[in-house]
Amino acid sequence: MPPRRNSRSTNPPAASSAVSATSKAAIKELERINNLFSLYRDPNSDTIDPEGIETLCSDLKIDHTDVRMLMLAWTMRAKRQGYFTREEWQRGLQALHADTLGKLQKALSQLDKGVWNSNIFENFHSYSFSFCLTEEGQRSLDIETICELLNLVIGPRYRSQIDKLIEFLKIQHEYKGLSLDQWTGILRFCQEINFPGLDNYDESCAWPLILDNFVEWMKKIQK
Amino acid sequence: MAANEKKTIDLEQGWEFMQKGITKLKNILEGLPEPQFCSEDYMMLYTTIYNMCTQKPPHDYSQQLYDKYRESFEEYITSSVLPSLREKHDEFMLRELVRRWVNHKVMVRWLSRFFHYLDRYFITRRSLPPLNEVGLTCFRDLVYQEINGKVRDAVISLIDQEREGEQIDRALLKNVLDIFVEIGLGSMEFYQNDFEAAMLKDTAAYYSRKASNWILEDSCPDYMLKAEECLKREKDRVSHYLHSSSEQKLLEKVQHELLFVYASQLLEKEHSGCHALLRDDKVEDLSRMYRLFSRIPRGLDPVANIFKQHVTAEGTALVKQAEDAASNKKAEKRDVVGVQEQIFVRKVIELHDKYLAYVNDCFNNHSLFHKSLKEAFEVFCNKGVAGSSSAELLATFCDNILKKGGSEKLSDEAIEETLEKVVKLLAYISDKDLFAEFYRKKLARRLLFDKSANDDHERSILTKLKQQCGGQFTSKMEGMVTDLTLARENQSSFEDYLNSNPLANPGIDLTVTVLTTGFWPSYKSFDLNLPAEMVKCVEVFKDFYQTKTKHRKLTWIYSLGTCNINGKFEPKTMELIVTTYQASALLLFNASDKLSYSEIMAQLNLTDDDVVRLLHSLSCAKYKILNKEPNTKTISPTDQFEFNSKFTDRMRRIKIPLPPVDEKKKVIEDVDKDRRYAIDASIVRIMKSRKVLGHQQLVMECVEQLGRMFKPDFKAIKKRIEDLITRDYLERDKDNPNMFRYLA
Repeated sequence: MPPRRNSRSTNPPAASSAVSATSKAAIKELERINNLFSLYRDPNSDTIDPEGIETLCSDLKIDHTDVRMLMLAWTMRAKRQGYFTREEWQRGLQALHADTLGKLQKALSQLDKGVWNSNIFENFHSYSFSFCLTEEGQRSLDIETICELLNLVIGPRYRSQIDKLIEFLKIQHEYKGLSLDQWTGILRFCQEINFPGLDNYDESCAWPLILDNFVEWMKKIQK
Repeated sequence: MAANEKKTIDLEQGWEFMQKGITKLKNILEGLPEPQFCSEDYMMLYTTIYNMCTQKPPHDYSQQLYDKYRESFEEYITSSVLPSLREKHDEFMLRELVRRWVNHKVMVRWLSRFFHYLDRYFITRRSLPPLNEVGLTCFRDLVYQEINGKVRDAVISLIDQEREGEQIDRALLKNVLDIFVEIGLGSMEFYQNDFEAAMLKDTAAYYSRKASNWILEDSCPDYMLKAEECLKREKDRVSHYLHSSSEQKLLEKVQHELLFVYASQLLEKEHSGCHALLRDDKVEDLSRMYRLFSRIPRGLDPVANIFKQHVTAEGTALVKQAEDAASNKKAEKRDVVGVQEQIFVRKVIELHDKYLAYVNDCFNNHSLFHKSLKEAFEVFCNKGVAGSSSAELLATFCDNILKKGGSEKLSDEAIEETLEKVVKLLAYISDKDLFAEFYRKKLARRLLFDKSANDDHERSILTKLKQQCGGQFTSKMEGMVTDLTLARENQSSFEDYLNSNPLANPGIDLTVTVLTTGFWPSYKSFDLNLPAEMVKCVEVFKDFYQTKTKHRKLTWIYSLGTCNINGKFEPKTMELIVTTYQASALLLFNASDKLSYSEIMAQLNLTDDDVVRLLHSLSCAKYKILNKEPNTKTISPTDQFEFNSKFTDRMRRIKIPLPPVDEKKKVIEDVDKDRRYAIDASIVRIMKSRKVLGHQQLVMECVEQLGRMFKPDFKAIKKRIEDLITRDYLERDKDNPNMFRYLA
């Protein structure tokens, strides 16, 4: 059974920020988090820039394209790709209760495992889309980015669907990019539709047209 | 005192007297020699009863007399009536029955008069059945009950004989059947149960037998003739001797056996069924078919269905015919809607006339058949011929009628009628917007190049279109026609302006048609590098226009211009009527003797397509104003061109045509774009009023709203919805992804 929206509720890490702030421990923790920040920040802008993130990645021993980095950005509610502000950094690390690199490493891999079974996955899923929008007023992501993101975000969970979908996205010419609504539709498709049987797919429902086309294509190649 | 004096009559004595009277009556009824009753006899009999009923008890014999009254009938029936009936059979028995029934009624009438005093007091007081009823009931219980089965069989067998064409005594049957009715004393129960039910059953069996033979032996028209005749005869039968309440039931039985049971077999008879009748135009048989099948429940459905199939097939055949004709001559004239297609539209109109007449005449204007006709035409009218959609074909057809020297020389009335019919056909076309766009393109050509034959016809068809498709449909077209009238006025005031400002006069006659953006199809503007002479013209007109209005911007569309220029050829000077493009190209040769393709292209600032087209018209077509090197039939970018000073022609004035660019693709693109806007607007309109709506319903309402103009594709609607979500007009409901919300 695919995870449902109303399955066991875990608090989104971003919301449970540990600002029962008066306690001494919390102040100590914040201090250490800030120390960590200063290790990577760009001294000119009080922000961790792409260079700093690269150093952070190598210290954490994960690739910068690893889904865990995306999750880290999500817990921070980072606005801009490639940059962490001090405020975002504090928010994220406090939520993860990580004031050392070791703790951060551990927290991230726990997050990677846990996020699937929670009702906040949709939140992460749509965040990942918005996070990749870099231009002002940009509303869609090009197919190439979409494919990478699909691989990263829901690929591990729905491998066979995503492989086929990516194959399809690369050969079709109708769409040059996808919108958030279509992106959300893909997750819902993976969660609800039997694959590769597709027997419960109803074209008269409001599935995004690109999924209609995908299903049509699937049926053709299955014949 | 008088009563006391009267002698008491005892029962035996009194009855003996009554017996005599009764015997006399019986004798009269039996036809034995007996004098008629005189009033004295009657008085005596009545008085005797009166006396016997008014004596003091125990000498009041009312009850006894009441019983004896009944017994008298019973005795007479048992001794005379029944034996005489029992020894007779069939028709004779029926005659005897009728006679006996008449007699019986006479007997009841007389006896009940003799015993009348009983009715007045004794019976009323005790609520007993009255004398008349007792008399009739005796007959019913003793005679009717015994022989009604025999009577019924005899009657039915006579009816069957009559059905087989024999003469029978209808009056006799009428009388017999009246007995079944009268015996009920006001209730139809006896007629219905003892006769009608069996008669209906027999009728069903009879016609079932007949039908099973006829359906094998007869053609469909013959069968229908027989069926109609049978129904007529059965109706006749009812009016002659059956009770009127039987008519409906009887006819239903016959219809059921003759028509309902064999409906599909009859309609689908291979060489004579409904298909064949339509094929052979058997109008009368079809009318008969309508009359017969309209009588049975849902009987017309299959007829209407076959009608639809037939018309669809005929129409599809026309499409195929036109398709074949087009592919035979495709090589010569591609993409131009040719004569064959014109013939096609003509034929479709004829087809429509023909079958509309069928609907009106044979099928009694029934809505079911109107629907079939509509559905059939919708099928093949939306097929298109040889790559041209029917929307385009219709628009071209109109153009041919409305333009000067159109292919046909028709009277005004004929033109009006034809236009009327084309507009009627338009109702079957789902892409009405495509028609409008093609029509507008062609109307623009007619108006701008002065090709329209008659202003009245132009306006008349717009009125018809407006009636059928609504004001929005024709508003641009009407605007175009009005623009042209305004342009004429504008031109004359321009001429006045030039006359009063001689300095401004550019030295070239100039006519400018000012059009309203939006009404007209979109054209390329400002592309051509105009020759200096013409640039001056443009400036002069601009100045003039400025004096009239400050806030309007002029956009020049050179691609629609025409020029008359003089060509000074060695043999003679000639006037050439050319387009502005062609003129600009030719004027280049005033400055140079020889120009290359690329030089011409650079100086004119036109696209390759345009340059090739216009150079071809000047150097490779009928009139070779330019000599091309090398001298081939096509234009290539390496060609060189030279003014052909030797050129001449029989005429002094010639028109050098420039074939128009194929506009089809652009029209279709334009329509597609307009449709996207139309779908967007429709979705937003619906959502604005509904706020929250399910996907399917939204699609349905959208299709309904737009259906008058075109049939939107589901996918197109879906795509627009998704686009509107991206543009924040709508959002998907968080809990139900099939639900949309309007974002204000």
